[in-house]
Amino acid sequence: MPLLEVRHLKKYYATQKAVDDISFSIDPGTIFGLLGPNGAGKTTLLRMITGIFFPDEGEIFFDGKKFQPAEDALRIGYMPEERGLYKKMKIGEQAMYLAQLKGLSKRDAYKKIKTWFTKFEMQTWWNKKIEDLSKGMGQKLQFVITVLHEPKLIILDEPFSGLDPVNSNLIKEEIYKLAKSGCTIIFSTHRMEQVEEICDQIILVNKGQKILDGTVAGIKQQFKENLFHVGLNSSPPVTMSNAFDITDREDNGLVVKIKDGYNTNDVLQHFIQQEVGIKEFHEILPSLNDIFIKLVEGTAVTRQFQTVA
Amino acid sequence: MNKIWLIIKREYLTRVRNRTFILSTFLTPLFFAALIGIIVFITIKNTDKEKVAIIDNSGVFKKETDSVKSIKLVLNPVPVADTNTYEKNGYSAILYAPHNGLNNTDKWRLYSRKSFAVTAVSSIEEKIRKGLENNMLMERYQVNSNNIDSVREASRKIELEEKRIGAGAHSQDGNSMVAYIVGYGAGFLIYITLFIYGAMVMRGVMEEKTNRIAEVIISSVKPFQLMMGKIIGIGAVGLTQFLMWIILITVFSSIIGAIIPHELLEQVNEANKSIPGGQMNMQANEALTGLAQATTKQLASVNWFLVVSCFLFYFFFGYLFYAALFAAVGSSVNEDPQDAQSLMFPITMPIILAIVIMINAITHPDSSLATWSSIIPFFSPIVMMARIPFGVPGTVPYWQLGLSMLLLILGFLATTWVSAKIYRTGILLYGKKATWKEMWKWAFRNS
Repeated sequence: MPLLEVRHLKKYYATQKAVDDISFSIDPGTIFGLLGPNGAGKTTLLRMITGIFFPDEGEIFFDGKKFQPAEDALRIGYMPEERGLYKKMKIGEQAMYLAQLKGLSKRDAYKKIKTWFTKFEMQTWWNKKIEDLSKGMGQKLQFVITVLHEPKLIILDEPFSGLDPVNSNLIKEEIYKLAKSGCTIIFSTHRMEQVEEICDQIILVNKGQKILDGTVAGIKQQFKENLFHVGLNSSPPVTMSNAFDITDREDNGLVVKIKDGYNTNDVLQHFIQQEVGIKEFHEILPSLNDIFIKLVEGTAVTRQFQTVA
Repeated sequence: MNKIWLIIKREYLTRVRNRTFILSTFLTPLFFAALIGIIVFITIKNTDKEKVAIIDNSGVFKKETDSVKSIKLVLNPVPVADTNTYEKNGYSAILYAPHNGLNNTDKWRLYSRKSFAVTAVSSIEEKIRKGLENNMLMERYQVNSNNIDSVREASRKIELEEKRIGAGAHSQDGNSMVAYIVGYGAGFLIYITLFIYGAMVMRGVMEEKTNRIAEVIISSVKPFQLMMGKIIGIGAVGLTQFLMWIILITVFSSIIGAIIPHELLEQVNEANKSIPGGQMNMQANEALTGLAQATTKQLASVNWFLVVSCFLFYFFFGYLFYAALFAAVGSSVNEDPQDAQSLMFPITMPIILAIVIMINAITHPDSSLATWSSIIPFFSPIVMMARIPFGVPGTVPYWQLGLSMLLLILGFLATTWVSAKIYRTGILLYGKKATWKEMWKWAFRNS
């Protein structure tokens, strides 16, 4: 049973179809990537899932039941893209306050904050104020506050922006751990290398509509162009073949595109027959970045305002 | 409910523990005390040291003029002083009486090196007038000086006691002065409260919006809860501050009262009265001494229980009525304070209008302007508070009070309802400030 299921979700603003009929489902323990260019409707979609907005149409099912914003919101941790905290409030008090708003008792909140602060080496921060923190430190704090109440669903909007590699890894590790312990994580970003690294499943939205849905590996397979890299000891005498075209020449190697009706063995055979030593042979899968650009390109970079009938 | 409580607690505690709050709470009464102290000090200082020699060769003054502390008049001093020697003998001025006796219209001449304060001059004039009066009465009409004193004493005791014919069988003791002061004070206090704490609500909402923390919080509580928590929390801050002020002012004024003799205060008042430009000062002073001089009986003419409970009612609901509107404005603007200014204008207008009406209503508490504006919720918290001390049901019939309160509660529900809808949309909307048309749409669309 999926933890979250979204059916035909719609949200229209006066000048935009922000979310226009999006459906998907997420299994428990998945790290789910929500991708899309700026203004694609990601934030609106997330706000509906967190209960901040009501959808105009469509349904959301959370943990098998219809989504009840008032109760289910407590089992969701949401870290918005534009994040902020009270500048003048002490960090410890602020964490206590936000944890209690999520329904934790005072004692539980205190215990959990202490644990997380120790884990992230933030013990000395308790009596400091947000204005004393750097951007990265604030980010760490925000992450702690988001996951503090042990939500079943964690929504992270660009969680790594502003973090140095060390702290990025720290948070990445925590995300893996949380997923392993059964948390479901929705991860919204347009940094594709992170998505490839972290996510199990992704959807791509553009102009309020879902244009791609699947596992990272599956999508790569779907968009592969039968490109292979062949590492060779020496230049082959004959490069023409019925089986493939050469798309690129590198030092000691070629990039070949296999034609329809042929397979990898035909390519290898071609070189073996010419007694050229083969050092390596592997398939080149498109990066998500390429797929993203390919799908989104051609549509206007910035979304135009439209009238909603 | 639990969450609203958490929000109220945070709003309250972060503000009450703030250094500026603590400073302003303690320093404001101190500032007022210091101001009164300075006025007293300056007045005394200016008049205290004057010692005036009077040269009265034709015997206009028969007996030694009575001196008060501020100015010492010495009649025909020995050794004889003149315009050249008076300073050496310790006088700051010398006063020559006209030569030809009482009926002469010659001017009295006051010689001095420095120019005298207006207060000192008028005080000297007053002394001369009184001295002459006494003199004439004794000389021409052979009135015994003791009799003069007793007549003066008797006339001073006269005071006007107002009786108001109430709806009941027995007449009610009334005192316009006390009612005026109490009404003015209460109305003004509410006026200030609306501005200070309304603006505080607005700034708080703007802070949450520009910090983007609103989004984090709204994923755990309803926007309405966040808005109401803030409004109630800040209301409690206001209440705390007022209570502290009342306590501190009471303490300070009793300390001042203990230190500065009553006679001196009256003297200050006297002095103020005679300053032509001191109208404002006088009004304030009159109010103060008015309160100080009012007998317990006069103070009892005000139904304190009613006034205080009505004050709390109008303070509370008046604040709620406007605070919700301020919150809506705060949610509709972005970082730019100028935007806030222009959107705030329609809210501050009725408040300012109310204080203008109040100043008029305090002198004519029965006028139809006063009556109607004390019923309309936009003005009622300020205007009604100015009328109530004049008597319920005498000046303000029960039906007016009831209707005014009912409309204010309904008005508060209406503004909160409208504001909550604007707030819900505005708080999450970034970019440009909202227009009136957009806010109207947020408030009244069906969703």
